[in-house]
Amino acid sequence: MILTQEALKLPQINYVALSPMLILFGAATVGVLVEAFAGRGRRYPVQLGLSLVSLVAALVMVVRVAHTRELTAGGAVAVDGPALFLEGTLAVLGIVALLLVAERSLEPGGPFVAVAAVTAGTEADRVQAQRRDAGTEVYPLLLFALGGMMLFVSANDLLTMFVALEVFSLPLYLMCGLARRRRLLSQEAALKYFLLGAFASAFFLFGIAMIYGYAGQINFAAIHEAIQSSTNDRILLYLGLALLAIGLLFKAAAVPFHVWTPDVYQGAPTPVTAFMAACTKVAAFGALLRVIYVAFERTAWDLRLVIGGIAVLTMVVGSVLAVTQTDIKRLLAYSSIANAGYLLVGVLAVGGNGNHDGLASSMFYLVAYGFSVVAAFGVVTLVRDADGEATHLSRWAGLGRRSPLYAGLFTFLLLAFAGIPLTSGFTSKFAVFGAALASGQAWLVVLGAITSVILAFPYLRVVVLVWLSEPGENTPTVSIPGALTSAALAIGALATLLLGIAPQPLLDLSSRAAEFVR
Amino acid sequence: MSLALWVPIVGLFTLALLFALFSVTAARFTGPHRYNRAKLDAYECGIEPTPQPIGGGRFPVKFYLTAMLFIVFDIEIIFLYPWAVSFNALGLFGFVEMLLFIGTVFVAYAYVWRRGGLDWD
Repeated sequence: MILTQEALKLPQINYVALSPMLILFGAATVGVLVEAFAGRGRRYPVQLGLSLVSLVAALVMVVRVAHTRELTAGGAVAVDGPALFLEGTLAVLGIVALLLVAERSLEPGGPFVAVAAVTAGTEADRVQAQRRDAGTEVYPLLLFALGGMMLFVSANDLLTMFVALEVFSLPLYLMCGLARRRRLLSQEAALKYFLLGAFASAFFLFGIAMIYGYAGQINFAAIHEAIQSSTNDRILLYLGLALLAIGLLFKAAAVPFHVWTPDVYQGAPTPVTAFMAACTKVAAFGALLRVIYVAFERTAWDLRLVIGGIAVLTMVVGSVLAVTQTDIKRLLAYSSIANAGYLLVGVLAVGGNGNHDGLASSMFYLVAYGFSVVAAFGVVTLVRDADGEATHLSRWAGLGRRSPLYAGLFTFLLLAFAGIPLTSGFTSKFAVFGAALASGQAWLVVLGAITSVILAFPYLRVVVLVWLSEPGENTPTVSIPGALTSAALAIGALATLLLGIAPQPLLDLSSRAAEFVR
Repeated sequence: MSLALWVPIVGLFTLALLFALFSVTAARFTGPHRYNRAKLDAYECGIEPTPQPIGGGRFPVKFYLTAMLFIVFDIEIIFLYPWAVSFNALGLFGFVEMLLFIGTVFVAYAYVWRRGGLDWD
C-alpha cells in the first residue's frame, strides 16, 4: 500500500486553556532535572519552592480561564465547567497535601525514605531512618500525579482518559512505597496497589475496546450519538460500560473494588495517604461523572439499579467495617470507602432534563470531603512515639488530656465526617441527598441516612476514647507541628467550618460550573 | 455483520491446531529419545541460563534497572519510526512535538545518568 502524503489536519490546541496541567507537567519535568543536577542539600528547598509556585500558578490559570467552555486538542480534552472546577479543587487540595508532604520538623528528615535502595529491616535501614535528609523524588511525583488527575477529569475521549489514568496512577504507586519507617508495610502497600491497579487498568482498557466495538468511536460525544442511533447489539455496550466502570470504581474505592484501600491507606506514608484520600477521590469521581453524563447518559439510566446497588454496598460495607477497626488510619480508610458510597448517590442523581443538582452537589462534596480528610490525616501525623506515628486506637486513649488543641481539632473533623450540622460534612451530605431525593432515588437516601448513623458510632468511639480515658504510660505525645503542617491543618479545619456555616458561595459556584460541554 | 467473514479465520485456527498436534505427536513417535542436561534446561535464547533465585541466590537489582531503562528507550524508538515515515505530512507541528517528546525522554536519561543508573558497579 502506498502512503498518501497529503497534509494532515492538525488539531487546534488552546494552550491557555490547557495551561494548568501543562504548568504542572513542565514543573514536574524541571523537578526531575533538579533531582539530576542539584546538590543533595539544595534539592529540598528548590523542590518545595518549585512545587508550591507551580501549583499556585496552575490555580491562577484555572481562575483566569474560568469562563472557557470548549473542546480542544482535536476534541480530546474538554475545558468546561466541571473540568475547571475540579482542576481548581485539585490544585488547592494539592497545595494542602504538599504542605504535609514537605513537613520536616516532626521527625528528622521528614516522613520519606532517605535511601530507598536499602533493604528494609537491616542494620543499614536503621541507619537510614536516623539520617537527617530524605529523598526528594516525591515532589516531582506529586506534580506528575496532579497533572495526570487534571487531565483525567477533563479527558473527553476514552484513550486520553486511559493515558491520564496511568499518568496519575504510576506516581501514586511509587509514593506509597516511600515511607521512612515501617518500610515493609509501606512496600507491601505499594505492591498491592500496583498489582490491583494494573488489573483495574486492564479492565478499563478492555472496556474501551468493547465500547469501540459498539460505537466505532472513542470520543464521548460520538459514543453518545452512537447510543442514540446505532442498531448494533447492546451487549457490547453494556459489557464495555461495566468494565470501564470497574476501572473507575477501583480508583474511587467503591465496594467490591475497595479491598486495596485499608492496606494502602495504612501502609503509605501518612501525607501520601492524605493526598490519595483527597485528590484521587476528586479525580476518580470527576472522570466517572464525565463518563456517565457525557457519553452514557441514557445507558447509565438503564444501569441505575446496578450502580445504586454498588452505592448501597459501598455505604454499608464501609460503615460497618469501620466499626470494627482498631487502627486510626484503617478507620479513616473505611470511612473514605463509605464516603465513596455517598458520592455515588450524588452521581446517580442524574437529572436528565437539564437538572444538574446531582453533578453540582457531588462536586461540592468532593471539595468539602477533601479538605476535612487532609486535615484529619494531618492530625494523625502529629501523634507520635519513639517508633514514629502511633496509629493503634488503644494508644490514642486519653489524648485529650495531653493535647486538648489537637484532640479538639480531630474531634471537630470526626464530627464533620459524621455529618453534624455546622460542619461541611452536614452541608455536603445534605446537598447530595437532596439532589438524590429530587431525582426520585429515595431508597438510596434512606440507606444513606441509616449508614451515616452506623458510621457515627466509630467516630464517637474515638472521641470518647480520646476525651474520657485517662492517659496511660503508653499514651504517645502529640508533637508540635511545624509551620507547614500547621498551615495545612488550619486550611483544612477552616474550610470544614466555613463550608459548614456559609456553604452558599461554593454551592453557587459548583452549580454554575455544573454543565458539561459535549 | 455476517458470520461468514469469520469462516477463514476459524479455518486458519483449526489448521494451526491440527498442525501443532500433528508435529508434537509425530516427533514423539519418529524422533530419537536421547535426553541430556541442556535439553531439560529452560530455554533462554541459547545462552547459558543465569543462576535461578531459588537456591541460587538473589538477582542483583541492576538487571531490573537495565531492563527498565531498555524499555524506556525502546518505546521512544517505537514512536520515532511512524513519525519518520509520515514526516512530510506532519510537518513543522510534528517536528516540534517530536522534539518535545525526545526532550522529555532525555530528561529521564539525564536523571538516570546523574544518579548513577548507568554505572554497573
